[in-house]
Amino acid sequence: MRPVFPFSAIVGQDEMKLALLLVAIDPTIGGVMVFGDRGTGKSTAVRALAGLLPAMKVVAGCRYGCDPQANGAGCDDCRARVARGESLRAVSAAVPVVDLPLGATEDRLVGALDLEKALTTGEKAFEPGLLARAHRGFLYVDEVNLLEDHLVDLLLDAAATGENVVEREGVSVRHPARFVLVGSGNPEEGELRPQLLDRFGLAVDVRTPTVIATRIDVIKRRDAFDRDPTTFLAHWAKQDAKIRRALEKARARVESLEVGDEILERAASLCALLGTDGLRGELTLLRTSRAFAAYESDSTVTLDHLRRIAPMALRHRLRRNVLDDAGSTTRVERAIAELWGDVPATA
Amino acid sequence: MDTAGHPIAPDAPLIAALLAIDPRGLGGVVLDHPMHEQARAFTDAVQRLLAVGAPLRRVPIGVSADRLLGGVDLAATLHSGRLVSERGVLAAADGGLVVLPMCERATVSVRTTMCEVLDHGTLQVARDGVGTTHDARVMAVLLDESVEDEAIHPALVDRVAFRLPLRDGCDPSEVDALYAVVQGARRRLPEVALDDRWMIALCETASAFGVDSLRAPLMAVRCARAHAALAGRDAVEQADAEVAARLVLTPRATRVPQLPESPPPESPPAPPAEPPPTDPDDASAPDDVEPPPPPELEQPPNADDLPPESDAPQNEQPESEQPLPSDAELLRAAVASALPPGMLEQLMARATSGTVQGRVGAEEQSMLRGRPRGARGGLPRGGARLHLLETLRAAAPWQQVRRRDVAASVRIASGGAPRVSIRREDFRIRRFVERTGTTVIFVVDASGSSALQRLAEAKGAIELLLAESYARRDRVSLIAFRGSGTELLLPPTRALARAKKVLAALPGGGGTPVAAALDTATQQALSVRRDGSIPLVVMLSDGRANIARDGTPGRPAAQRDALAAAAAFGQFGVSSLFVDTSPRGEPLARSLAESMRARYVLLPYADANALGGLVRTAMQMADA
Repeated sequence: MRPVFPFSAIVGQDEMKLALLLVAIDPTIGGVMVFGDRGTGKSTAVRALAGLLPAMKVVAGCRYGCDPQANGAGCDDCRARVARGESLRAVSAAVPVVDLPLGATEDRLVGALDLEKALTTGEKAFEPGLLARAHRGFLYVDEVNLLEDHLVDLLLDAAATGENVVEREGVSVRHPARFVLVGSGNPEEGELRPQLLDRFGLAVDVRTPTVIATRIDVIKRRDAFDRDPTTFLAHWAKQDAKIRRALEKARARVESLEVGDEILERAASLCALLGTDGLRGELTLLRTSRAFAAYESDSTVTLDHLRRIAPMALRHRLRRNVLDDAGSTTRVERAIAELWGDVPATA
Repeated sequence: MDTAGHPIAPDAPLIAALLAIDPRGLGGVVLDHPMHEQARAFTDAVQRLLAVGAPLRRVPIGVSADRLLGGVDLAATLHSGRLVSERGVLAAADGGLVVLPMCERATVSVRTTMCEVLDHGTLQVARDGVGTTHDARVMAVLLDESVEDEAIHPALVDRVAFRLPLRDGCDPSEVDALYAVVQGARRRLPEVALDDRWMIALCETASAFGVDSLRAPLMAVRCARAHAALAGRDAVEQADAEVAARLVLTPRATRVPQLPESPPPESPPAPPAEPPPTDPDDASAPDDVEPPPPPELEQPPNADDLPPESDAPQNEQPESEQPLPSDAELLRAAVASALPPGMLEQLMARATSGTVQGRVGAEEQSMLRGRPRGARGGLPRGGARLHLLETLRAAAPWQQVRRRDVAASVRIASGGAPRVSIRREDFRIRRFVERTGTTVIFVVDASGSSALQRLAEAKGAIELLLAESYARRDRVSLIAFRGSGTELLLPPTRALARAKKVLAALPGGGGTPVAAALDTATQQALSVRRDGSIPLVVMLSDGRANIARDGTPGRPAAQRDALAAAAAFGQFGVSSLFVDTSPRGEPLARSLAESMRARYVLLPYADANALGGLVRTAMQMADA
């Protein structure tokens, strides 16, 4: 296992880091799309997140990493075992963060007949693909805008239903595949299909830092990491642990947080003003502000929470003026200012 | 980039040595239009300096995905009756170097795969039954053989430290002499110290020259270390930082901070610093940013040689927003002195023309005709291609049964039953979905005869059409003509925001070279058609040609040429729409449209919406 750059050592890029943490707190927010320049640490952040996430419990021996708590709601194997009256033993496992390479073929994404077994023993066995591996974790697609359309279709289908249905070469398998989709890409190099964009709960823009002190800091940390990863990781372990604890606490708390009617109304009016289509925008605002409040250790969801997360929850949902997409963040901020006045400068 | 006037720098052996010292850190090199022998001599040199027997693999331009990434070794699988995977070119080059000829034409899959490998040193394969990750610690030698408006994709360029205009080769004896030194330097590299001041200076120098990517200063830092190691030092000194700045930062410069010798065009490039989009630093970070150090030397040794500096390249008072520390100034001199003559003009031209990226390779081209869409049962004949892996999958479950059958009935005399028995019903053939999208090619008259206001209206109409194209997920391409020439402003793309930007920046004025424009449009349309997409040409002009094909002014010749070009266009049967932008309709425009076999429409009566409707109809007709 090669060392992974620590999450806490990433300089700046606060919105991207926050978005990743929020979907880790509440996966139902539905994924993050990261737009941005080259060399801004998009993939570094996603990989770093993998190193940060607290371990999860999985059913021992389950190929899909089912949740032991979800008795009977897991995959066919687990269901069958429960039906036979077996008790499912739980073991700890790292939350999967799976890369989907652009050159992937359909059989490896959704899974296929296990050729090895079929050839040698004649057994018709299913070999799970990347969707299975990403269950309960993250599926990362770098340059998602360049992904072949037919793979995008498969991804969308799985993401929408939370399960993967395979009907190919005589295998017929259905297994859970609930994952947080994280995509990155540079919009200059090809537009993202609107259906796919819509599937992401949050969208963030990352830019190359222009302040020289920040740039120097980025280079310094990267250089230190490359030269001596062990020392560097040790140096940042405490910071990473702090974020990990905050993440765990937020996860425990997020369920019990209520979002008041006032906040719901405000979310609705913001969506109405911006003309975002459908209910997805409001739902995302609600879940994201709740996750954010939980992360901030606050006991109620306030307008400040909503205000802070609104741009990332809405900027990709504006009725598309394709010729002017640079201004979407500004449009959200303008609408916020119009509705709720100017921000009392927050840190 | 034309470097013909640049004096030959004996950098080739130096760069070869630096790459061999830190191959993964420095990523590789772009060889700028090398001759075949020079490129070979250079790669040989790097290979020999790297290690005895270091692998060297060429990735040919049309490489297939299974050779690039690896996949199932079908011969071995069929032979042994069990799944055998094989490594692709990149995994096979682990520990060595990969040469990419004509890398400006690298396809999307080659480019993204190279980026992954250069970033991580590993290659994840998830295709054709194989799911694995290979080590691929490689270094890239990118051969830039681009012409005219082509360019290597910036994502690739960003990941290699150097760019070398190769005019002289590497003398083998010289290289062999370096071998022992390089091996020693590589051992020493992890111990080479680098004072913060050089790191800061390199970062500042990068910013001063408008190098945005953060990979550039990082590679410059590594280059300085490698150079110090090469020189036998245990700490980076000024000379090392200078070499790093010159070799890594100079080729990436997008602006020049000093006052140039010749007055630049009026519009200055982007301002040196914009407000940061996010908080400058993570406040919780334990080691906070150090403030930029105060200038350490009052007077840098050779600062007198420098022309007065100015961040805005205007003929005004020398001024600079923040005084640079002297370290950075020294490096700046090193970078500036290495800039080829004429560089500044080029940078300015790039900054104003808005075609910085150029044409970056076979962007949308699939390696196959149409895009693959699984497989279906059928026999591989009549042009259908066998999908061997799927055939194997179909046959696999029956193997045991068939083995028994064969054993019982045939009793093959010699050699026994085959390992894998495949029957007629197992055959699977590849299915492809032909690309049938439309590519709308806008040909815009930006000449003086189309008065500026008309140009603005034409732009408005195009924007509308762009929105229409977006809804249909078409590609668009933009050609403008004015003065004596035609310019492909935008090769076919789906990035419509870019199209909009390019369009807004389009200036007007000059002659009307209709013939040249039509020739370019014809070429574009045919090239689009070759790519499997359907071209639709939308020409916006008043048709008043006054520049002939050969670039000379004069109405009669120009109009004759224009009609000839229109007729040539017409014979290819490309769907087209001629939007006459003259105030009252121009007979010549009408006859041009006729020769082109284009639909003719007069802009005054075609308000934006009506025009949109016309193009929609034309698109549907083109699709049919």
